Amino acid sequence: MQPIYYNIPFVCIFLCMVGGITMPLQKNGQTALRTTVAVCLAVALLCGGLAGILYAREESFVYQMGHFPAPWGNELYVGPLEAMLTAVFALVMAMSILGGRQTFMEDVLPPKQRFYFTMMCMILASLLALSFTNDIFTGYVFIEISTLAACAIVMARDTEKTIAATIRYLVISLLGSGLFLIGLALLYCVTGHLLMPQLLTRVQLLSLAGGYHVPLTVVCGLLAIGMGIKSAMFPFYAWLPQAHGGATTSSSAVLSGLVLKGYIIFLIRIFYRVFSISVVRSLSIMDILFVFGIAGMLLGSVMAMREEHIKRMLAYSSIAQIGYIFMGIGLGTDAGIVAAFFQILSHAVTKPLLFLSAGRLSEIRHHEKSLYRLRGTARSDRLAGVGFTLGGLSMIGIPLLTGFTAKFFFAEAAVVGGLRMWAAILALAVSSVLNALYYIPAIIAIWSRPAEEYEELRTPNRGFAVAAVVLMAGVVLLGTAAGPVLRVIRMGLSML
Amino acid sequence: MQAFLEKAVSLRFEIAAVVLFGIGFMNLLLQNNLIKKIVAFNVMDSSVFLFLASQGYIEGRMAPIVQNGVTDASQYVNPIPAGLVLTGIVVSVSVSAFFLALVQRLYKHYHTVDFDEIMMMAKKKVD
Repeated sequence: MQPIYYNIPFVCIFLCMVGGITMPLQKNGQTALRTTVAVCLAVALLCGGLAGILYAREESFVYQMGHFPAPWGNELYVGPLEAMLTAVFALVMAMSILGGRQTFMEDVLPPKQRFYFTMMCMILASLLALSFTNDIFTGYVFIEISTLAACAIVMARDTEKTIAATIRYLVISLLGSGLFLIGLALLYCVTGHLLMPQLLTRVQLLSLAGGYHVPLTVVCGLLAIGMGIKSAMFPFYAWLPQAHGGATTSSSAVLSGLVLKGYIIFLIRIFYRVFSISVVRSLSIMDILFVFGIAGMLLGSVMAMREEHIKRMLAYSSIAQIGYIFMGIGLGTDAGIVAAFFQILSHAVTKPLLFLSAGRLSEIRHHEKSLYRLRGTARSDRLAGVGFTLGGLSMIGIPLLTGFTAKFFFAEAAVVGGLRMWAAILALAVSSVLNALYYIPAIIAIWSRPAEEYEELRTPNRGFAVAAVVLMAGVVLLGTAAGPVLRVIRMGLSML
Repeated sequence: MQAFLEKAVSLRFEIAAVVLFGIGFMNLLLQNNLIKKIVAFNVMDSSVFLFLASQGYIEGRMAPIVQNGVTDASQYVNPIPAGLVLTGIVVSVSVSAFFLALVQRLYKHYHTVDFDEIMMMAKKKVD
């Protein structure tokens, strides 16, 4: 008899799926929104509890779906790290929905509002499944679910510009999933398995036997590039700014903060649980990820500097932040991956805060988006102003905030000597300065006195207030009390 | 030469799959007509299915359905790739449906299915 908490991962995925299916039956958008927030909070609570239990017992487990044993059945693998990540993701998603509620109600036509929450539930389900699954083909299916749902929440705000952005997003995503699928097919043909533990033993054998260096490199490269395209790794970012910048506030927050991370987590799990990190290191995939990561860190910020549209600026900044994660993976050490996981959490909290605050600031100026026309908005809604300022300072890397802690871990991990250390530390320093070069002017702009008088919306937004306070608490807590989080990440990584 | 040809014939499914994947991928990337992009996506996915199905097939064996009481597994072909292909087809159909609906919506707004033209027009729209 297995302990009752072994069922939590499956129950969470199932809850999201069933919740998503019932959304069109809800009375109106308002009730669907409440139900979705309730589902997200329930998942956050369950996964948080699970993370606590697994951390206390130093345990990870495999859950067999339908009790079919290994080579035939489908499995979930859960350790403390996965449980913690999903708990944070679910909480952030609930806050993103709450914080963007008012803008959402204006952006999306009332009869279509219910369907939007179906997509939100599907995104959460696929994030959970990508973090938990032990079967790479199940992973592929959930990648596609996540892609379709993400495209749908971009085009929920039905303007000509967002639809054009959606088609671009869809096409590039499909290229990525095509590469992933052929990589998967090749891997299956080489090894004859789809479950991660069985794949791991076969790949070990092949790598020891030699002669399979080229097929393994091709497979690993295809999987990495496929996931890289979907998570906007440096040269494949062209779709991101329009899609994330044009969508409604909740969508932008969820897409930038969470959806991109699901793919990266799945990729790291493939690296650890299918190829094992020592084999991946011998395949020189890491070097490519390292170079792409550094290029993304620098060029993402440079492009953000040239942007006047506040949400597109934040979207370009996401490219830079994703660059950090790939740089951490590319370092190829456990410390680098730990830093990458910390950055995943840190960005998942900070970027939604920035998007929600920016959304609120533009809401009180009747949806103006250009930084020039948003001058002085922080004086009208101080909470949104403080939220944006705190998020921006965290991105720059001011101590006590989570962005600084993440950069500190990256710098610490980079001390491996050689060319990589200098490249990584130099890139960290330059990119921090670049971040400051566009966040500081934006922060000054929103707090300075406007040049002309604007008619402003003065109604309070309680949903946003709750979300902003929770996310700000997250930013400060991750920055000041990173120790326990770091211990969970290290423990989870050692079990992977 | 003969050895090469024999090898090519024995690898015909793999070669066809790789060629089709290349055609599909490049068209999905570079084709301007959105409807042809959808066709290209389907070609790309079908090539993967061809590859998987050909890997699961074993010359001279039966489909994995128990007939005449033969339960010996060595009499049947590998059923798992067929299962994967089935799942893949479901995914590809739903993506195609979404893609087609999106193109229809785009056509209503822009009156064209040319990708470049749409992108040029979208750039000029104010947000």
